[in-house]
Amino acid sequence: MDLEKPPLETKSEPAARPQVGIAELFRIFLTLGAISFGGGVVAYMREYLVQGQHWMEDEDFLDALEVSETLPGLNAINMSVIIGDRMRGALGAALAVLGMTLPGAIVVLSLAVLWQGELHFRTVGYFLTGVAATAVGLLVTLTVHLGHNQFRRVIDIVFIALTFIAVTVFHLSLPLVLVLLAPAAIWLYRPIAGRVNPGVPHFRRDVRRGWMRH
Amino acid sequence: MTNRLIDMVGVFALLSILAIGGGTPILPEMQYLTVDRFHWLTDRQFRDIYSIGQVAPGPNMLMVLIIGYRLKGMLGAIAVGLAFFLPDCIITLFANRLWEHYRNSPWRASVHYGMAPIIIGLMLSGTYAIAALSIHNVVALLLAVGTFGILLWRHVNPGILIVVGGTLYVLLAH
Repeated sequence: MDLEKPPLETKSEPAARPQVGIAELFRIFLTLGAISFGGGVVAYMREYLVQGQHWMEDEDFLDALEVSETLPGLNAINMSVIIGDRMRGALGAALAVLGMTLPGAIVVLSLAVLWQGELHFRTVGYFLTGVAATAVGLLVTLTVHLGHNQFRRVIDIVFIALTFIAVTVFHLSLPLVLVLLAPAAIWLYRPIAGRVNPGVPHFRRDVRRGWMRH
Repeated sequence: MTNRLIDMVGVFALLSILAIGGGTPILPEMQYLTVDRFHWLTDRQFRDIYSIGQVAPGPNMLMVLIIGYRLKGMLGAIAVGLAFFLPDCIITLFANRLWEHYRNSPWRASVHYGMAPIIIGLMLSGTYAIAALSIHNVVALLLAVGTFGILLWRHVNPGILIVVGGTLYVLLAH
């Protein structure tokens, strides 16, 4: 081996970022994947990673959340990728996603194996119906919270209604709905000198309420 | 039979790319593709699989693994899982690294504010899809309204509400 080299200087990285071992990273995300019940995984992540482990500042977490909300995919997964990548590169991202999904995957597949045999138990069917009905209440709450700024602006209400009608009434396919509506909506909010886009970005307030999109 | 595996991978990879704003916005499209278009599931099975996803920890959309498992066993579950999660992970990994370049672009806010009402509209559609599959009587309606009311009043762990809701329905709807 070479003589011991001095450690490489990291380029312009803030010194605050803690060193987290790859096994530790996996263990933390595995825990998160196992304890976050009922959706709202991102709220658990924020509590656990920012307040519990002090891996990052709250502002950094919310910045990462803005990125993951804009990109396709589930927030919990996108956040795992971004935070895992930030801590330990691509391998960290892969292990974070694996940790986040593994406990739920094992539970879900175990239930799937059981459920195939148990279709005839009416109690199971009733229970799942009740779960779905309760989930409707959760989804309405979540949508109202997330959209509280949008429900106050006429132009946004028009787009909410157009989207809902296109999907639910006319059963247009989702790619078509996005192609028709997204460019128009983004154009309406195009950058215009001197105009400040209204409202607080919706995700910031909601994550503080402990509520996140699934 | 392998054609079906290819269809499954295609469907869930497409849904993965379309999942702007999370899992709820793609529920109507997922229902259309898995129930009406490919006849892999009935409406009722779709609803039950969604509910199982609610009961399990982690992202609710792990429900897609059940669809894969029912169609093609463990191979199907793995194929659907990779098709549904991998494209988004790759996009996020690279897009996030590029993001810094656009940090100061005024179009970032435009995309954010423009997409917000569309995402809310899609979430309403996703919510409606689950409501249409599950709210067929007064008890179910009361569970949905009660959950909404409780959460307006105070924050309760949604996992607890889910289990209580399922149990109440078993007791009341018999």
